[in-house]
Amino acid sequence: MIELKNISKIYKSGPLVGGAETEALKNISFSIKDGEFVAITGPSGSGKSTLMHIIGCLDTPSDGKYFLDQKDISELSDNELADIRREKIGFVFQAFNLLPRATVLRNVSLPLVYAGVKKAERESRAKEALLAAAFPESFWQHRSNQLSGGMMQRVAIARALVNNPSLILADEPTGNLDTKTGEIILATFQKLYSGEGRTIILITHESYVAEHAGRIISIKDGEVVSDSENSNRRIVSSAISQ
Amino acid sequence: MTAKDLFQETYTALSANKARSGLTMLGIVIGIGSVIAMVSIGQGAQGTIQTSIEGLGSNLLTIIPGFIQPGRGIVSSGRGAAQTLKNEDIEVLREMPGVAEVAPEFNRRFQITSPSGNNTNSTVIGTTPEYLVVRNIALRSGSFITEAQLRNLGRVAALGPTVAKDLFGEEDPVGKPIRVNKANFRVIGVLETKGSAGFFNPDDTIFVPLSTMQKILAGVDYLSTIAVSVRNKDEMQQAQDEAAYRLSLKHRVDPEAPDFSIVSQADILGALTEVTDTFTIFLASIAGISLVVGGIGIMNMMLTTVTERTREIGLRKAIGAKSRDINMQFLAEAVALTFLGGFFGVVLGWLIALAVSQFAGIVTQVSFSSIVLAFGVSAAIGIIFGYYPARRAASLNPIEALRYE
Repeated sequence: MIELKNISKIYKSGPLVGGAETEALKNISFSIKDGEFVAITGPSGSGKSTLMHIIGCLDTPSDGKYFLDQKDISELSDNELADIRREKIGFVFQAFNLLPRATVLRNVSLPLVYAGVKKAERESRAKEALLAAAFPESFWQHRSNQLSGGMMQRVAIARALVNNPSLILADEPTGNLDTKTGEIILATFQKLYSGEGRTIILITHESYVAEHAGRIISIKDGEVVSDSENSNRRIVSSAISQ
Repeated sequence: MTAKDLFQETYTALSANKARSGLTMLGIVIGIGSVIAMVSIGQGAQGTIQTSIEGLGSNLLTIIPGFIQPGRGIVSSGRGAAQTLKNEDIEVLREMPGVAEVAPEFNRRFQITSPSGNNTNSTVIGTTPEYLVVRNIALRSGSFITEAQLRNLGRVAALGPTVAKDLFGEEDPVGKPIRVNKANFRVIGVLETKGSAGFFNPDDTIFVPLSTMQKILAGVDYLSTIAVSVRNKDEMQQAQDEAAYRLSLKHRVDPEAPDFSIVSQADILGALTEVTDTFTIFLASIAGISLVVGGIGIMNMMLTTVTERTREIGLRKAIGAKSRDINMQFLAEAVALTFLGGFFGVVLGWLIALAVSQFAGIVTQVSFSSIVLAFGVSAAIGIIFGYYPARRAASLNPIEALRYE
């Protein structure tokens, strides 16, 4: 359950460039229920990345309140934010951000290393997550820099799933992939959405990608311009997703 | 994050760029290696001096004329000061409790000639039979001065090995005549070699009875040294004080400003140890400079690594790593580098020390304490020079780190 109340974020530029204030987010309020598949969309510079950072507990708002699972996290310290990220949030990035020399299994179990989970349990949970992300078992011991882009992104999805988070944040997950591979990744998200009750937030500038979600929030110049259910959700054909 | 995970992360990170890790480590290897080698040379010198001083005789007090103040040399050594030790003092010392043997000496350099015409200028020591025991000297062949020869002004001499070789070559000198300062003497024995002790070489001496020396060769009635061996090591200080008191009384001088000095082996050893310690510290600190340079190399590499892995740091933070975790990870990498470097450095230093004693003939000694110290220092260098890069990594903002190109 995500609840944003009058969130705004102001960046101050340095004194050399005039010390001007930029308002990246202006008074944003909305809430997302558990288990929703939401796309946040908007052109570049609209503030969607800033919004993702706040929702993902990487940053705190300048003003307003943010509740994640009824917990106010708008004024937590860096260490407390790290705890929240570790326990509740899984990230999928456009650039995958895998450790290139580590094996697929090692990459996926990395969040559990910081959670202090024992090695045997780490491995079994990483394998579960890889299966959930439809990652083929024969590549589990490969190093991640030996994989294709689509495979890497599935490793990243598995890594986001491994700590069993209540929220998955995907920042342009198809941005570095060709259309067909992108479709497969989107299908993976849809499968996670229909199969399990966790919230998925997809941040994208492409309306085509956003149409795969169940709800679309559009942002422009730091303000919400539309927020609606997506009744005719694009379904990736099972022929592609296999 | 457990220690085992930390170890694995460190291993993965360092083995990712083996050439760079190895070269950076080489700085520490050379630094630690040279410190170990230098300290081993210094400690070897110390060991050599110690054994050669202890070889001069155990529990030895040496009484010399003139007053020595520590650090100022001989003061109040006015005219006649060198003649204050007399034969009567020998009895005074013999009667002291705790004294094992007393060996008086008078020495002077004379020209010594063999029948074949070889000649040498060596120290002639006039002494008593006790000298052998007090100075811890062994005979190679023949005999040393006897009581009877002492009483009868015997014209006999025991030769040090160097003198024996100079005068007679490989021949056995026992029984042969020699001339000391134009007086005829007969060789009665040859001593075992002892090796040089500083400026004095005990092998380049000959020994004659004290009475013969004083009355025939030198024509004096005083002594140049009295060596006293004390029965028990624990009684050394007591014997030194007692001897000072009794001799002052005998000489009728103020015990605070006597006309003689008593030097114990501990004093000599202490003075020489101070010299070799200074020498060791001097060598080690020069070698230490290379250790600092190695440490700077570590810091340089760690800073480069942090910059290169900015995105990785951002990702680790995004998935829940705390600043402390990141800090630990980079500190562990730096410490692992210096610790491994320290290990190989100890091995290298050891090899250098071996090579030095093998080829340069200098005695070296690698002590356990210097190895422990080397490890301590290398770990400390890792922490000191890894601290700043690790802090820089830990303080990165995750959002900016993830965006870093």
